[in-house]
Amino acid sequence: MRNVLPVLTVVIAIFVLWYAGAVALNAAWAHDKAKRAGVELTTSELIADTMSQKKPKLPPPHQVGAEIWKTTGAMVIKGKAFSKRSLLYHTGITLSSTLLGFAMGTALGIALAVGIVYNRTMDMSVMPWVIASQTIPILAIAPMIIVVLNAVGISGLLPKAVISMYLSFFPVVVGMVKGLRSPDHMQLDQMKTWNANSNQEFWKLRLPSSMPYLFTSLKIAMAASLVGAIVGELPTGAVAGLGARLLGGSYYGQTIQIWSALLVAAALAAGLVGLIGLFQKIVLKRMGMAR
Amino acid sequence: MIWILSGFVIWGVGWRLNIWLSHKPKTSFTRLAVPIIFGITLIAMWECFVRGLEISPVLLPPPSMIAVAFAESTNILWEDFVQTVIKGALSGYIIGCGAAFLTAIAIDRFPFLQRGLLPVGNFVAALPIIGMAPILVMWFGFDWQSKAAVVVVMVFFPMLVNTVQGLQASDHMQRDLMRTYAASYAQTLIKLRLPAAMPFIFNGLKIATTLALIGAIVAEFFGSPIKGMGFRISTSVGQLALDLVWAEIVVAAVVGSAFYGGVALLEKAVTSWHPSQRG
Repeated sequence: MRNVLPVLTVVIAIFVLWYAGAVALNAAWAHDKAKRAGVELTTSELIADTMSQKKPKLPPPHQVGAEIWKTTGAMVIKGKAFSKRSLLYHTGITLSSTLLGFAMGTALGIALAVGIVYNRTMDMSVMPWVIASQTIPILAIAPMIIVVLNAVGISGLLPKAVISMYLSFFPVVVGMVKGLRSPDHMQLDQMKTWNANSNQEFWKLRLPSSMPYLFTSLKIAMAASLVGAIVGELPTGAVAGLGARLLGGSYYGQTIQIWSALLVAAALAAGLVGLIGLFQKIVLKRMGMAR
Repeated sequence: MIWILSGFVIWGVGWRLNIWLSHKPKTSFTRLAVPIIFGITLIAMWECFVRGLEISPVLLPPPSMIAVAFAESTNILWEDFVQTVIKGALSGYIIGCGAAFLTAIAIDRFPFLQRGLLPVGNFVAALPIIGMAPILVMWFGFDWQSKAAVVVVMVFFPMLVNTVQGLQASDHMQRDLMRTYAASYAQTLIKLRLPAAMPFIFNGLKIATTLALIGAIVAEFFGSPIKGMGFRISTSVGQLALDLVWAEIVVAAVVGSAFYGGVALLEKAVTSWHPSQRG
């Protein structure tokens, strides 16, 4: 609780900087406009203008907020919550491929981790490649994956989810390998004295003790999965999704649209990661592992 | 048919060899040989199955074709490498990590700022920062400056969080000892706290290597001059010249691994005293 005041201070400082930046960056255009109109701007007029341009270089927070409200809340009130102009519609599309990719990545990650822990050959041959796979900038390959999968007739959700999967399986593998190996010799010996077979050892000792590691990795995996989904939407030709809003905004210089998509993406990331955190608290508490 | 069959045979032989090797006592030779055999097996299987199943090279070119494309277009690849990696990623990496490092040291003097910035920094590090790319391309133009800016923004927060955590890594006893020696703030920083922070700093630097390449390449999707790896990938996909795309991917993979490996080697040299580096 003692962190509330410092965090608030930092957040307020960010907003102040944001407004100051908006004035500084948008002033050039305001001066330009005034010059053409042949009028001198007073400081207050200048600030008022920088706060309300149509295509500002850096939109001030309230303009972005208004745009977000216009494309979400106001649409809901009008009963057009899922029309194509609504950010909710685009967020939903990004969310669905994020979640699908996350689920696939988690499943793949856990499967690989179990294989690595129980099979010596896999440990030695696969693990180095899992690490090497992440030094490859996968996001760079995103357009190709989408185009190729499209050509084979797979389109829509799955290609984007594949990219999310590739980004999200890595933290799960690393975390789960660590977690499944976290029981110490004493505990493993204890299982042996109880004549537990390897199946029982897995379900009753290794899996439960890996849970704290799993949840930490899931949080990272979820954030990575969202990034994958957004980048995966770029090359599809700006049809739908938050990534498409970003690309569309950058084509037409709609800065307010870019910033609102960005903020919604940030809120989505925070919400999803927070949800996992909540789930983690509940599960660990019921398992008696809460710190 | 013969291709598919040989694919399965290679798989079997490679896997057998690895099982045999991995059950021998672990030496540095087996530790290196097993993953390499695994990789070679994968590539050989790829070649065999693409040829055997007659997959169109437009969809998935066999490795031999990629190698040919690589050899034929080395000057294009070199130009793209200079534009994206040297100008975009590397300069952004140095600026971003340097700025984060200095900010962390500045923050470290003020516990209030530290308590405020750490949660915010952790939060920002989880956000899809790559989305800033179109905005920064708009601000800094199409050339490498905007790519470097994207890289700076992407590496800043992971690096900041790691460095701040690292500066807290030395424990009370050690700091008290420095006090009994009447060490000044600067002396404590240079002789105790920075060395103690090194494992954390290198962790941040390693995370930042992959982020830097990703940032520089993805930023080029939003506009770039007619060279650069991201530009080449997105346009060649449009022309269905997938062998060139794969050649670029090979470059990206090699550069990414080398970059990471280089930082890891440096870490080994600098933090040889740390338990994680000993055997």
